[in-house]
Order: sequence, then structure tokens, then C-alpha cells
Amino acid sequence: MSYLAVEHLGLQFGGLTAIRGLSFTVEQGEVFAIIGPNGAGKTSVFNVITRVFEPSAGRVTLRDREITAIPRHRIAEAGIARTFQNIELFESATVIDNLLLGRHRFSHGNPLAQALRLPSACRAEDHSRGKVEEIIDLLDISPYRNSPVAGLPYGVRKVVEIARALATEPELLLLDEPASGLNPEETRDLAFWIDDIKNDLGITIVMVEHDMSLVAEVADRVLCMNMGGVLALGSPEEVRAHPDVVAAYLGV
Amino acid sequence: MRFPYNTSYRDAQKLLRYRADWLAYGLLAAVLIAAPWILPRYYVGEATYIFIMCVASLGLMVVTGFTGQISFGHAAFVAIGAYTHTLLLTAGVPFIVSIILAGVFTGLIGLLVGLPAIRVSGLHLAMVTMAFAIIVEQIVGRWKSVTGGFTGIPVPPPRIFGFDLGAQKPFYFLCLAVLLAVLAALVNLLRGHAGRAFVGVRDSEAAALSLGIWIAGYKVLAFSISAGITGIAGALFAHHVQFVTPEGFSLLLSLELVIMVMIGGLGSLRGAVFGAVFISLLPTAISAMKPFLPDRVAGQFGLETFVFGLVLALFILFEPMGLNGRWLKLKSLFSAFPLYRKDTFRRGKTYMKSERYR
Ligand SMILES: Nc1ncnc2c1ncn2[C@@H]1O[C@H](COP(=O)(O)OP(=O)(O)OP(=O)(O)O)[C@@H](O)[C@H]1O
Ligand SMILES: [Mg+2]
Repeated sequence: MSYLAVEHLGLQFGGLTAIRGLSFTVEQGEVFAIIGPNGAGKTSVFNVITRVFEPSAGRVTLRDREITAIPRHRIAEAGIARTFQNIELFESATVIDNLLLGRHRFSHGNPLAQALRLPSACRAEDHSRGKVEEIIDLLDISPYRNSPVAGLPYGVRKVVEIARALATEPELLLLDEPASGLNPEETRDLAFWIDDIKNDLGITIVMVEHDMSLVAEVADRVLCMNMGGVLALGSPEEVRAHPDVVAAYLGV
Repeated sequence: MRFPYNTSYRDAQKLLRYRADWLAYGLLAAVLIAAPWILPRYYVGEATYIFIMCVASLGLMVVTGFTGQISFGHAAFVAIGAYTHTLLLTAGVPFIVSIILAGVFTGLIGLLVGLPAIRVSGLHLAMVTMAFAIIVEQIVGRWKSVTGGFTGIPVPPPRIFGFDLGAQKPFYFLCLAVLLAVLAALVNLLRGHAGRAFVGVRDSEAAALSLGIWIAGYKVLAFSISAGITGIAGALFAHHVQFVTPEGFSLLLSLELVIMVMIGGLGSLRGAVFGAVFISLLPTAISAMKPFLPDRVAGQFGLETFVFGLVLALFILFEPMGLNGRWLKLKSLFSAFPLYRKDTFRRGKTYMKSERYR
């Protein structure tokens, strides 16, 4: 069986159909890119996988476990982490606290133990801090460690959001337009990090992205969506050369 | 200018890191300990009252400042704490057990109210909590057999291990001790796992859910902890007034608590303390100023309420970060002098959040 399988997925907002009969599979350890014109339903796919939206048809399975049956706040526990198209960071908190929040799902003792600073709670806190520091090193954000997120440059905020997703120790990472708003240099760093996350951490990545050169560089396979369905699926070169894809992008 | 240099994770968690911190807080401690012998009697009572209000405002700060849920009903929790404590003491329960039980019981009531209340937010939540406070006030007023109705009931003096702490100086230190204990517990709770989750719930529900934070659970937890602490303040308040009647817990008290956390600075425990001190001293300051005001102003009914409103409006307009924000600015001005940048605290460009996945 496939690692992540989306089967005959449908999603409706009132009369509007955002996803219709969408099926695809993602293999463990690959970087899978989703492209498509605005409003194609790419973000909606992420929102269904992370249980923000209830699908009107079909199902999603991860390692044969049905995702569409677990509550939204249990998604992190199931090993799925995500970033958002319009950055959703905890604005008033520092970078380190944002990342520590990523480790929320790991036990830190009960509230009473925390209030009394019992040794068990302190040890859990130190352990989390150590894990978070590893991610800070990996993504090179140590200069911003103690800065509140609200004042950081856009590019840094994007990286912090990826770092926070990694802090949940996911096996599947969903990145929604990670390169949008980044300058060419930051985009190049991002390409390296995606490789690192895939190769060193062994995390499977699904990413929605408009930047075709980044997709071509890091993705193993590409899905092009249009009007909530599959337009083309294959290697980056195949999809880029597909006549329907060209037509959809040129609006013909 | 100071750059933190950590050699272990525990370093970064220290509360008093520098000699200057030790000095400042040591000085504050000395002043607080000496105060009952230095201040005139009236002001010792006033200071005690401020400590009690600090506890209550810390309680409200947990829910309003950290999880971002407004409550206009916290006077009800003060009342529940006060009556529970009084009834338990009257029944012969020892002071320490009684005050803890009063906190726990009020926390449970907070849990019961919180369960339905967290379904709504903002203005609706303000209305729901206010309605709750009105209901509690009515119940307290009418349930004569238990609460004594509007005549009220006398509060037995606080006794710990046979010592009567009801006199002015001992009670001052009792309240100070409770305030410090509550403050210490909250400082630890809020800089750790639970506190981060509270802030997460406030700042972005979408992100919080994606990280596995059970929003409803944390909102109710915050509401319940907040109620419990406010209940402890209520227990102390009972001793302060020595005779509990429903009038002591009117809507005005709820409003005062909200103003305390707002002008203190939402999301900061120091702010809760600043706000409580400021608002509690305001009536004293107003009456001290009355001789200098024109008769027609000084004699006005509701002058205090007017000044409360004015102060709140001015803060919201000119210092949304509250007294705590002012304090941080002053501190950084001194530490950076003469290199202070005027725009240090100006918010950077904020990015649009057009889509919210609720
Ligand atoms: N919460 C919502 N309520 C109603 N309609 C929605 C909602 N979210 C998305 N849609 C609609 O669903 C369709 C697909 O939206 P989606 O955000 O998935 O597109 P996208 O492929 O991510 O586009 P973009 O490239 O602009 O991010 C759009 O027509 C959009 O207007
Ligand atoms: Mg999108």
C-alpha cells in the first residue's frame, strides 16, 4: 500500500466545489510537489489532510490509517505537521517559544508540577529545549532565538514556521508555498534545507509551490491541479511539458 | 546594554539573573517588610487591600491576558471564594485548609462556567460572564439561610496554629505571603508548557490546533485556574471587610478588575500587579486631590467612575501595552542610554492575515 493515499476526495463550500474526485499517492521519503493556478484547491487539500475541513467525499490514509477519522488537534500526534500560506506564527512569543510550542505534544508534566517546578517538569523542559536547539542549528536561525516573532523579516518568519513544524517531530511535512515572498538567496537556502529534511531527517514532504525552478530542483514528483482535480502527474519535466498544464497556466 | 550569555538551559530560565535585579528586588522586599512600621495605620490597611486586589487581578490576567478571553464576571469568583471561605471557617475548618478549599471550589465553579462559556468569545463572552456575575449576586442576596442575604455574615478571624492573624500587621504579612505564593506559582506555570499553550491559543488557533494543542481544553483550564486564584483573593477579601455582604461584589468590582489588567498590560504578570496598585490607589488619590478641585467638580457624584473610564480610555489610546509597556520602555531607555532609539518599540510591519482557518 501507498504511504499517503488520497482517494476520490471531494470538498464543497456551499455551492462551490473546491476539490472534486481527487486521487493521488505519495511514497515514503519523497518530495511531492503540488502546483496549479490560483484557486485550484491546493491549500484545500492540505486543509483536508490536517482536518481543518471535513471532506464531502473520499478519504485520506497515512500508512493505511484513516486520517479523516481523527480530530484536528490529534493530527500532530499522527505525525503530520504543516506550515501555512499566510504565516500563522504566535506573534507575541519569541522564536524559541514558538518552537517549544511545536513540542507541545510531548509530555511536560501536569500543570501543578509545572507551577511548583518539580524536577520532572524541569527535566522535560530542558529536554525540549535541547531538541529545539538542534532545529535552530539545522535551519540557521540562532541569531533570532530570543526575538519576538512580530518584528522579524518575512523570510525569517517563513523559516521559523518550518522550524516549528519540524519541532513536532513529524514523519510527513506539508509546506504551503514555502518560497513565496522569499528572495532568490533565501529560496536557494530553502532548497538545501528541503534536501536536508528529506535525506537527514527522513521526513516525507508534500509542498504546494508556484516557483517552478524550486520545484524542478527538489521535487521527485509533481501533481498539477486545476479546478479541484488532477491535471497532470509525473516528474517535474513531464509535468512542465504537459500540454494541459501549459494551457492552464496560460489560461488558454 | 546587556547581552545574555547562557552556559546552560537553566541559565536562561533564571528569574533574577543580574546583580542589579537582586538589588532592585531586595530593595523592594525591604520596603515591603518595613512598610507596616513606617506607614500610617490607614495606609497599611490600604496596602493590604492592594495585595488582595493584586491576587484577583493576577487571576483575571491568566484568562484575559494569556488566553485572550475577556471576563466581566470575575467579581462573582471573588464572592464565591469569600463566602466559601467564611462558611468553612464558621464550620470550624482550619484557615489553611479553608483558603485552599475556597480556591479549589471556586476553580471548579470556574470549570463549570468555562465549559459552556468558551464556545463564545469577545463581546459574547463578556456578556455571558457578566450575566453569570449578576446571577451569583442575586443568589447570594436571596439565599438567606446560607449567606445571610443582604444582612451578610461575620467573618471569623484568620487563625493559623492558634495564632490570631487578624490584627493589622499580621494580616498585612499574611496577604503579602499569599500574593507571593500565587505570583511564584503563576510565573512558573506561565513561562512553561501550559503558559506557552495559553499564548498559542490566543495568538493563532489554526496553528495551535495543527501543533496538537487542544484549544477548548486549554481555554477551560485557563478559566478554571483564573477562577481559583480569584477565589483565593476572595477569601482574603472576606477578612479584609470582616463582614461579607453581596454589595461588596457588584459589577463595579468586575469592571475594576478588567481595567486593572487592561491598563497594567495584557499578557504580563507584572502588568497585573502594576494595574492593581494603580487602580486601587486611584480613589485615595482622587480624594486627596478633592480639596484642590473646584467645588462643582469635587462634589460630583460618580467622579471616581468617571476617572476610571478616563484613565482606561487614555491608556488604550496612548499606551496599549499598558503600565508594563511603559516600564519596559523606561528600563531599556536607562540601559541603552545615551543610545536609545526612539522607534525601538514601534511595531514592525505587520503582515496581512487574509485567511483564517477556523
Ligand atoms: N474557507 C473557505 N470558504 C469558502 N470557500 C473557500 C474556502 N477556502 C477556500 N475556498 C475556495 O476553494 C477554492 C480553492 O481554494 P484553495 O485555497 O484551496 O486554492 P489554492 O489552490 O490554494 O489557491 P492559491 O494558489 O491562491 O493559494 C477557491 O475557489 C476558494 O475560493
Ligand atoms: Mg493556497
